[in-house]
Amino acid sequence: MTVVNATMAAGTAAVSVRGVSMIYPGPVQALQDIDLDFPAGQLTSLLGPSGCGKTTLLKIIAGLLEPAAGTVTVSGKTVKGPGPERAFVFQDFALLPWATVMRNVAFGLELRGVPTSEREAVAEKYIGDVGLRGFEQKYPHELSGGMRQRVGLARALAVKADVLLMDEPFSAVDEQTRRKFQEDLLQLVSVEKRTFIFVTHSIEEAVYLSARIVLLSPRPGKVWKIIEPKMPRELSPDQIRREPGYLDTVESIWQNLKDYVE
Amino acid sequence: MSRDYRSTALTFASFAFVLCAWEFAGRLPVSNAFPSLSATAVAGWEMIRDGRLPTALGITIVPMLIGVTISAIAGVLLGLATGLNRKVEWVGIPLFLVLQAAPLAAIIPMLVLAYGVGLAAKVAVVCIMAVPVIVLNSYKAVQHTPPSLLQMSHAFLGSRLQTIFKVILPAASPVIFAGLRLGTAAGFVGAILAELLISPTGIGDLITYHQSIAEYPQMYAAIVSVIILSALFLEFLDRLEVALFRPERRTA
Repeated sequence: MTVVNATMAAGTAAVSVRGVSMIYPGPVQALQDIDLDFPAGQLTSLLGPSGCGKTTLLKIIAGLLEPAAGTVTVSGKTVKGPGPERAFVFQDFALLPWATVMRNVAFGLELRGVPTSEREAVAEKYIGDVGLRGFEQKYPHELSGGMRQRVGLARALAVKADVLLMDEPFSAVDEQTRRKFQEDLLQLVSVEKRTFIFVTHSIEEAVYLSARIVLLSPRPGKVWKIIEPKMPRELSPDQIRREPGYLDTVESIWQNLKDYVE
Repeated sequence: MSRDYRSTALTFASFAFVLCAWEFAGRLPVSNAFPSLSATAVAGWEMIRDGRLPTALGITIVPMLIGVTISAIAGVLLGLATGLNRKVEWVGIPLFLVLQAAPLAAIIPMLVLAYGVGLAAKVAVVCIMAVPVIVLNSYKAVQHTPPSLLQMSHAFLGSRLQTIFKVILPAASPVIFAGLRLGTAAGFVGAILAELLISPTGIGDLITYHQSIAEYPQMYAAIVSVIILSALFLEFLDRLEVALFRPERRTA
């Protein structure tokens, strides 16, 4: 495990956050002067206790919230709202209950005016990639929580965005399903070569999934430490979870975060 | 499967219970003005055969359908406008809240002054009864679109129009249609009220006439025919909603 700088040399970052602050009415300082770079083609986690503003930061990057100060650039362009190069995976899945898995996955493309046959071909591929083949004509209420989030993930993948923003995607999914899902996500990250920004409050999840972990401290949310877990990724998931490098990283993050937990 | 079977059985049981109670109460009798189910059915059958009931329904249904159609279109559009736009909301909603609370039957004499005793006044009564509840339901339906679906549409670059048609309307449709059902029922009440209070035509005429000459079975047959008409129309609305907006309920 190594501790690294928040910002990187120009060109290697897919997403750059500069001087971002956020104030909610109250006033509550949710984020204070965040400087961060997210390396391309890797999964970065935003980790911290509740109230540290990690979801706020993710929604600012998504263009769903406007920061009080500072800028976000994605592939060199300043973020002014949602854009085609970013896709969002929601904590509560945000699926259309009246639409089939097929239509939900293709919905991002439908909104962009892609013709039906074309968008369904794309959706078909990603439905297969997230392991939902055979469920194309099912409705969300016929699926389990884990399968619903797979639909949410497939929808985000289908718009071919370079950056995937995932807001605690597994928090509404039961533990067994979550583990399987995490393994599948790692597989996807290595195949898809996209930039993943992943919000979580689970230390184990962050360490298991991430190339780098941004630790945020709460009230006001600040970048506090950046950690790059080092562990042999070629091992099987079960071996990784018993690996000393993995366990040490989990333990040291916990020691660090402990002070912020009441 | 077995659950469907049981729910159908219970529905039939509840209808059978009410109808038996009616027959029993009619035979006691609780009042000379309360005919039994069988007497009402016989009277109803005769009125169907000699054409009086169909003719009367045919007359009553005209202001009902015109009024309910106008109310549904105007009510849903107004409700959507108030739900989607802050300024329209401030202008419109307090007015409809007052209208919904007002005992609207009391202003029927005023409508007669304005529109006379013909079809226009009756349509106006139907609309006045039906519109407020349709507007308020549509408004609430739009306001209660799940925020995460709106955010999802925004995040995936949906335009305002796309969001309205592909997210807000389908999400709002159950509550909009609940309002349409309530509004239709209120509108039907309005149509009968208008026939009783403004000028006796159609079913209102049958009810008034048979009451005045103490032919209670015929009077009840006329009342029951309106109830059946109203129930059938509400069932039709239910099917329309599923067909238009809720494909996931077709198989469920």
